Amino acid sequence: MVSLLCCGPKMAACGLVLSAWGVVMLVLLGIFFNVHSAVLIEDVPFTEEDFKGGPERIYRLYEQVSYNCFIAAGLYALLGGFSLFQSRLNKRKEYMVR
Amino acid sequence: MGSLFRSEEVCLAQLFLQSASAYSCISELGERGLLEFRDLNPKVSPFQRRFVGEVRRCEEMEKTFTFLQQELRAAGRLPAPCPESPRAPAAREALRVQEQSEQLAQELREVSRSRSSLRDRLRDLRQHLHVLREGQRFTSLPVGPGREPILDPSLHHHLDRKINFVAGVIHPWRVTAFERLLWRACRGYLVASFVEMPEPMEDPATGESITWVIFLISYWGEQIGQKIRKISNCFHCQVYGYPESEASRTEAITRLHGQIQELSVTLEETEKYLAEVLDKVAQVLPTWRVQVQKMKAIYLVLNQCSFDVTKKCLIAEVWCPVRDLTQVQDALRQGSVSGSCFVQRVPTTESPPTLIRTNKFTAGFQSIVDAYGVASYQEVNPAPYAIITFPFIFAIMFGDVGHGLLMFLFALWMVLYEDSPRLRQGTNEIWLTFFEGRYLILLMGAFSIYTGFIYNECFSKATAIFPSAWSVATMANHSSWSSAYLATHPSLTLDPNVTGVFQGPYPFGIDPIWSLATNHLNFLNSFKMKMSVVLGIVHMGFGVMLGVFNHVHFQQRHRLVLEFLPEMIFLLALFGYLVFLIFYKWIKFSAADSRVAPSILIHFIDMFLFTSNAENLPLYPGQVPVQMVLVVLALASVPVLLLGTPLYQWCRQRGLTVGAHDFAEIFMHQAIHTIEYCLGCVSNTASYLRLWALSLAHAQLSEVLWSMVMRNGFVGLSYVGGVVLVPVFAAFAVLTVAILLVMEGLSAFLHALRLHWVEFQNKFYVGAGYKLCPFAFAPDTWE
Repeated sequence: MVSLLCCGPKMAACGLVLSAWGVVMLVLLGIFFNVHSAVLIEDVPFTEEDFKGGPERIYRLYEQVSYNCFIAAGLYALLGGFSLFQSRLNKRKEYMVR
Repeated sequence: MGSLFRSEEVCLAQLFLQSASAYSCISELGERGLLEFRDLNPKVSPFQRRFVGEVRRCEEMEKTFTFLQQELRAAGRLPAPCPESPRAPAAREALRVQEQSEQLAQELREVSRSRSSLRDRLRDLRQHLHVLREGQRFTSLPVGPGREPILDPSLHHHLDRKINFVAGVIHPWRVTAFERLLWRACRGYLVASFVEMPEPMEDPATGESITWVIFLISYWGEQIGQKIRKISNCFHCQVYGYPESEASRTEAITRLHGQIQELSVTLEETEKYLAEVLDKVAQVLPTWRVQVQKMKAIYLVLNQCSFDVTKKCLIAEVWCPVRDLTQVQDALRQGSVSGSCFVQRVPTTESPPTLIRTNKFTAGFQSIVDAYGVASYQEVNPAPYAIITFPFIFAIMFGDVGHGLLMFLFALWMVLYEDSPRLRQGTNEIWLTFFEGRYLILLMGAFSIYTGFIYNECFSKATAIFPSAWSVATMANHSSWSSAYLATHPSLTLDPNVTGVFQGPYPFGIDPIWSLATNHLNFLNSFKMKMSVVLGIVHMGFGVMLGVFNHVHFQQRHRLVLEFLPEMIFLLALFGYLVFLIFYKWIKFSAADSRVAPSILIHFIDMFLFTSNAENLPLYPGQVPVQMVLVVLALASVPVLLLGTPLYQWCRQRGLTVGAHDFAEIFMHQAIHTIEYCLGCVSNTASYLRLWALSLAHAQLSEVLWSMVMRNGFVGLSYVGGVVLVPVFAAFAVLTVAILLVMEGLSAFLHALRLHWVEFQNKFYVGAGYKLCPFAFAPDTWE
């Protein structure tokens, strides 16, 4: 049975911090994209076509980007869980090898 | 006032110690760590001092301890640090420690020696056994295919010669050379066979485990035998006797087995005894080390005292904080047998050392002030103000809510876990530097969050906490922008003069619409430059005012009128007026008269040149005469600053004879101070513009990072875009920490430090003192 431990303690801690930051920031970004915040207009990948016929098409684009942000936040939550698991394994290894 | 405002009063004192109780008194004082001892025998070499014998004894004990420590380390044990701090031992106890340590060292040496000799013998026996066993394979085996035949005496008995054997062990790397040399030297008259030992064994020279090669050479002829033996000698082979008959070989093998068994048992016993001795050592060594360190420190201090023959006591000269004199007396009473030791204050003209008591929070700020120069005795201390101004000036250059929050959380983690031994005992120097400054970083982060809200930047994005005060709809309706107009004009102007477009200033910070404007930087530059100048002049003015406390404390009230007043007038008349102009223009002028608004810069230049520019309207009626008066006032204060104090001192001491060159020095000093101050006012004000420059750099870097890294994550519109966003965000995070937090953070830290050390402190701080280093037993450090 191959060992499940693949990250050292420092890498697991970095992964945990990065995941926590990623989840918080991406969820907030997703929310802001969802409410069609004007400040984020530069980040929405629009084309010339999207500006015709009212703001609806731009709003759909906003929402698409916000769903992407939520997906990424979910992936980071998984990564965070994995890092937490690795750090628990590391702690256990520290207790056993004496 | 607490002692953070200015350093404590420190006095010179003399301790009178009876010879008998000197040691215990110093031990008591060392435990409390109150006084700094001065060396009363500076010209005496260390070998001629009074207590050199005791110091030498301590050093011998330390040598023994080092040997014991090495033995412990070689056996793979780490001595535990001493849990509580034992006191320095009395003379009898020290003798006992010395005897015991030497005895333990002797025992350890003997046991180690016997163990290594036992091991060598065991290895030898085992090698012999292997040689016999493997050699037996050759000599009792019939001649098989593929195997080099060895002359078996029974088969070739018709040969009228006697077969002899040389058997031994050789290093595997030397086998081919050995074989070749044997063949060349005694060709044909010998048969050699080599086989590897079944188990690897330790090489006595290098200690590494090698698979030795056993060789068995059968030869005939005496001379050949001698040659073979000489060659084996050259190759450092271990040669063993190889009995000829089968029976004697078997007997030798059984005998060897028995010997090895006995030896193993003895070796085990020896190892057990060694482990016991090491256990004992590990138990007592930490306490002994601390005790002997303290003893040595006490004797080094006693060496600094002078011996008074008439009163038969030791006299020590110490710097003592006045507040602690009673505690010192207490300690002396406790240490001495009959209460015969006492302390006496002594007047002195020398400048005492500086002592500022800090706690874990203020220690960081005091250390950054001390890094430039320790405060002179009882000079006003800039540290309590630096607690607020330093993080604030840092935050002006670093203003971003996101980055500030990250920094704040990092520092918060360090502060909450500051007692954890894992954090405290880090060995990385850079980590320790960050850990020492955890309260600094905490405040810097908190203030950066505040300035981030003012600049309205969070990871370079503006946040619309309050609705924006600019209305694009009103402007569009007013100008009736048609589609054709919008198609041909990529950049549109929102005119605040049109009613309804600008609805008033944003409640807190900068309006978020500016982050979408193309003239964002034009607006922000003007704001930040003026802000930097205002903050700089306020900071410097505060520095000049701190000088008042120094003048009053050192009984130099004439300097209040002759130095402080002209300095203040110079600063306020010129640069205070500039601050006034900035605020006046901000309040009085609005978007309505933006086309004819006067330029402050042109007015300021004209003020000095006494000219006027027709196109530049005055800010208020009567501006020109007011400015003329201010300039004259400022220029008039310069000679007062230059000549005031020297002339005053000359008048005071007119009766006394004072050398001419003394006054020349005073005049020169004052001239330098005047020039430095006046030119400094101009250059230092400009120097504060780095606040603008660095905040601009930080904002731009932040924006570039977002647009070049993070924006790529939003490009994908299908749901795959969500997966792509994961590594893009990781890259963004790593670059944010590396470039924006670490690099920009260190840069802003450095510039804030420079502004404090040079621009702020040269208005009042001398910083020519030295710290009080009390004699205290340092916490034990393990190598």
